[in-house]
Amino acid sequence: MKFTWFHLMPWPHMPDDFREKHRSVWVDLPNRMYQPELGHIAYHQYLDQLEYAETVGFDGIGVNEHHANAYGLMPSPNIMAATLTRRTSKAALVVLGNSIALYNPPLRVAEEMAMLDVLSGGRLIAGFPVGTSMDTNYAYGTIPALTREKYAEAHELIRKAWAADEPFAFNGRYTKLRYVNCWPKPLQQQMPVFIPGGGSVETYDFCIDNTYSYSYLSYSGYLRARLLMDGYWKRVAERKVDESPYRAGFAQVICVADSDEEAERLYGPHVNYFYNRCLHVYPGFADAPGYRTVKTIQTGALSQFTSAAARDYPSMSWKDLTENRYIVAGSPETVRQQLEELIKTLRVGNIFCLMHIGNMPDDKVRHSTKLFAEKVMPHLRNLWPEWQNHDDRFWCHPMHEPVPTRIAAE
Amino acid sequence: MKSKFLALEPLGARIEVVEAGKGRDLLFLHGAGGHMVDDPLLAALASKYRVVAPLLPGYGQSEGEDGLRDMLDVTLHALDVLEKLELEKPIVVGHSMGGMIAAEMAAIAHTEITDLCLIAPAGLWLDAHPVVDIFSKLPYELPGLLFHDAEAGGKLLTAGRGNMEDPEFLKQFLVMNARRMGMAGKLLFPIPDRGLAGRLHRITARTLIVWGEEDALIPPVYGEAFAKAISGSKLTQIAEAGHAVGQERPAAVLDAIGDFF
Repeated sequence: MKFTWFHLMPWPHMPDDFREKHRSVWVDLPNRMYQPELGHIAYHQYLDQLEYAETVGFDGIGVNEHHANAYGLMPSPNIMAATLTRRTSKAALVVLGNSIALYNPPLRVAEEMAMLDVLSGGRLIAGFPVGTSMDTNYAYGTIPALTREKYAEAHELIRKAWAADEPFAFNGRYTKLRYVNCWPKPLQQQMPVFIPGGGSVETYDFCIDNTYSYSYLSYSGYLRARLLMDGYWKRVAERKVDESPYRAGFAQVICVADSDEEAERLYGPHVNYFYNRCLHVYPGFADAPGYRTVKTIQTGALSQFTSAAARDYPSMSWKDLTENRYIVAGSPETVRQQLEELIKTLRVGNIFCLMHIGNMPDDKVRHSTKLFAEKVMPHLRNLWPEWQNHDDRFWCHPMHEPVPTRIAAE
Repeated sequence: MKSKFLALEPLGARIEVVEAGKGRDLLFLHGAGGHMVDDPLLAALASKYRVVAPLLPGYGQSEGEDGLRDMLDVTLHALDVLEKLELEKPIVVGHSMGGMIAAEMAAIAHTEITDLCLIAPAGLWLDAHPVVDIFSKLPYELPGLLFHDAEAGGKLLTAGRGNMEDPEFLKQFLVMNARRMGMAGKLLFPIPDRGLAGRLHRITARTLIVWGEEDALIPPVYGEAFAKAISGSKLTQIAEAGHAVGQERPAAVLDAIGDFF
């Protein structure tokens, strides 16, 4: 198993009456709410937490991209990952990822990711999300029905740019470049790629075709994720490729305390903040018409992503959230049992551990992280022995002897 | 009203065309919402004209939307359909998005289109009067945006609809909405401006512009902007009518067209 400590970097200062005063945490929330001085503190605390996760033994540390929102404050994940290249040395840098349909030209992504890979000594795991409709369509103005075509073309350009040894011309519909010439080149010959998916069936085949790991990001927990992940594994079987569990990952909100009761006392308010404020998205921004393909709508797999599901959050108690496994929370033994069930039922080799939740203060984040690293993670390491608990195709390939970062000063 | 079908070159894409009435040929291009069930405007127009109303790919049974990506694609598509229909000196009428397409057709093929009626057309943008973002609206918000009388408008919009609580119907509805508004988004998202302002001066057709005085989606000030940009055009405003002015005041719109042409 591979465990990545993943940060969303939410705005932790939304007021108690946030839901009443604002229709959405995304797209049209006035940025007068953002206070740069407090933002300075939050950014550094969040980056410290990612660095801390490496010291306690997480395999990877993760960042992502969102726009115009208080849910996640990383419009540029690459800037965050760049700071981490300097202060970490072992963990994979999981950039999950760059919304490649939004860059003009998308070659920028190839260049910046190559920079990150070289800087980190080959520790980059790249992610190419289509992006939420809030980000891609409403905040960045991409035409919904053309988003996927634009995405596919950007992907083709990035892959060719990384693979080429000399300049070439790229005549795309959305990007025309007479000279594509990616300096620097990435350090890794075969860049591992994770694709965040949210229920689009086209993404299954895209991952299988390219040997990318399918990463399902959901906040409704592993019981409800079964339908979608079963669909993915069914497709893997139909395509007659191997069934390595590292072909898939799942993001999970996790809270660890000394006991189940203690977990509720310590983390309850922050989980509540996350589900009621961070996920408070106006339904009109959730799914621009044309963003989903007709094929995906026809599968009916989207019912669990509809606003109906989101509307339930405000009424959910800690008991509802834990018993229905929206979150995995409790004593180390409780968390271990539930995660083992998650890993086996969804058949995933990657877990993206969401351990900073909502407005959780730093000491609690570290407490939960440390307990997980010491008392949970070691017992979950060996769940895929038939795969030697590792799949080279779906993880980074660091240089053997990274250059000490202080060398220039010496 | 009956539908017939055209096959468009070069791929043979199927285009659904609704036809009704007798009289002078009138080409009608619908807005982003498509035709309504028993559309009151089409019915009124059919009392005086031979109405020929093709559905844009993505709407009804018309196909081929994947090949239409931008304004020029759609304008040329509409001109191809017009040619294929072999109409005789038609009045070209377009509502909202259809008005935007009709204006583009008349600007590009200005020697072919001689009589033009734009009903609350999209296509211009005034910073001081932003057009409402229709794509982020929820179904229950639409009647108030489209009609002066939201209650009566709501009944028109939901007529003939199935039960939204039925999962199978809901799925069909979502597919229909994704096809239609996905197509509309290529012209209207995120801002319904594809450069028409720079081309309106090419229009030589006799042009009537019709606007509902209470239009909450594209405010009537846009009517004045169109009238100013199209030389010799006439603007007719209709009282107690919203953006769906043709469906809300079909007789008044028919009279305006009848008087002008």
